[in-house]
Amino acid sequence: MDLKDLYQEIILDHGKNPRNLKKSDNFNKDAKGHNPLCGDKVHIYLKVDENNKISDIAFEGSGCAISMASASIMTDLMKEKKEIEVKELVDDFLEMIKQNPELKSKILGENEKTKLMSLSGVKKYPMRVKCATMAWHTLTAAMKNTNEETNTDKFE
Amino acid sequence: MNITNIKKQFPIFNNKVQNNDLVYLDSANSSQKPQVVVDRIYDFYTKEFSNVGRSVHYLAVAATNLYENTRVLVQKYINAKDPNEIVFTKGATEAINLVANTFGQKFLEEGDEILLTELEHHSNYVPWHYLRKSKGVKIKFAEFNSDGEVTLESIEKNITPKTKIIAITHLSNVTGAILPIKEITRLAHSKNIPVLVDGCQGAPHLKLDMQDVGCDFYAISCHKMYGPTGLGILYAKKKWLEVLPPYQGGGGMIREVKKEGITFGELPNKYEAGTMATAQVIAFGESIKFLNKIGIENIEKHENELTKYGEEILRKNNSVKLIGSPKNKGSVLSFTLDGVHAHDIATILDEDGVAIRAGHHCCQILHDKLGLSATARASLGVYNTKDDLDKLNESLNKCKKIFEG
Ligand SMILES: Cc1ncc(COP(=O)(O)O)c(C=O)c1O
Repeated sequence: MDLKDLYQEIILDHGKNPRNLKKSDNFNKDAKGHNPLCGDKVHIYLKVDENNKISDIAFEGSGCAISMASASIMTDLMKEKKEIEVKELVDDFLEMIKQNPELKSKILGENEKTKLMSLSGVKKYPMRVKCATMAWHTLTAAMKNTNEETNTDKFE
Repeated sequence: MNITNIKKQFPIFNNKVQNNDLVYLDSANSSQKPQVVVDRIYDFYTKEFSNVGRSVHYLAVAATNLYENTRVLVQKYINAKDPNEIVFTKGATEAINLVANTFGQKFLEEGDEILLTELEHHSNYVPWHYLRKSKGVKIKFAEFNSDGEVTLESIEKNITPKTKIIAITHLSNVTGAILPIKEITRLAHSKNIPVLVDGCQGAPHLKLDMQDVGCDFYAISCHKMYGPTGLGILYAKKKWLEVLPPYQGGGGMIREVKKEGITFGELPNKYEAGTMATAQVIAFGESIKFLNKIGIENIEKHENELTKYGEEILRKNNSVKLIGSPKNKGSVLSFTLDGVHAHDIATILDEDGVAIRAGHHCCQILHDKLGLSATARASLGVYNTKDDLDKLNESLNKCKKIFEG
């Protein structure tokens, strides 16, 4: 195991200065996520327009570098994405964290893929996988606008 | 006290963990096991196994005697009056549930109050919480002060004519505060209120004397006391065990079972329904002997020195903030590190073989009050050395380096 794989430059940067970390008041969908094991929390706000496209995204939360970086990178990538693209990206990311060596989706550019792949280091740290995936599961819930809190205990 | 020799008795330290020497700083969570305890389990299963208290054959009688021997060892260790005041449970959690459930059933009514503290582990809150719904009781929390202590005054302030039981920790598993349980018990008894002490963190580190403290109930977690998992102890004054209803029903705890009705067995069987954790009970006898051999006073002294040393080096480290500074403190060092979340600390330390705990340590009430979602915690046992604390500090500096770039 190598800590450098886990705490890459990009992760540390996004972890310390998360992008899109604010309460959005101009949102029409949202969801909360919680990891009861460590107390990490995330609240994702979306503005989805009439074409089912995310026109704005923000999050509030607190947690470890991995969970904050994951939410930060994710929210950056999801801007201007359509609902079906969001679903494809979430699935692709979760599959990559679970087993796939690479991301498959063609939606992202090489730069964006590199950013996202910086989270792949958690694969070697099974206790930390949920830190990376919490925001993504919560985004799925937000798209459905469920009022139920997404709890990492329910993930696979 | 020769720590090198003591450490040698713990086989876990003979092996590398992910290529590192193990620096085990998670004993408040669970302690490591000395060879004698491990061997006792093996020997019992290989040479002496039988169920206890049921059959009349040789092995069954011998196993029953071994099982009951541990009860007496525990009784003497905590200076209880009577071996029948020692009830084996599956853990401290079950011990507290037993009291909350049976005491609640028999003595609590709507509007009654249970007094806990803000330091409590979820195990000493959640079991009482059920009584809110089933009985309509109110739960009050005595506050901790800025040093992370709960004082006698804080308890006194929260007692009302409706207070029916007080349940408090002996030693906080986060701030390390040691509560004045004897004084609290004296105060409570002057108002006819019984006291339960969650002794999970007290029992492995402090000299215990139930007759001196005078508390009504004391819950012990054997796996934190150099003993096996799956085992806890409820000490309860005989007068309570006699009047409280049974907790679980089943074999071994009955006197007579008829279609029309059932009568229950005598103590201690009344509270030990079903086949108990026999091997663990027998092996726990070795944990008590291990503690007796070293002497709990020596352990206390050793751990006190280490705690002071740990506090000192962590205070010198400008990025570290210790959680709580109680005057009377057990061997728990909880802290935060500027700019690094507790889970990141734990992962980075783990890479160096330094095992700590990160999170809320089952104390969300406490963490909420401090406005922290998680803290890191290094906790000590008899096998720890100053070297372990130096390694902790070194690894913390490595965390800083990684995060500061
Ligand atoms: C203060 C305190 N109370 C209760 C418990 C629960 O003990 P057990 O694991 O024996 O159920 C613990 C251990 O996690 C503890 O630290």
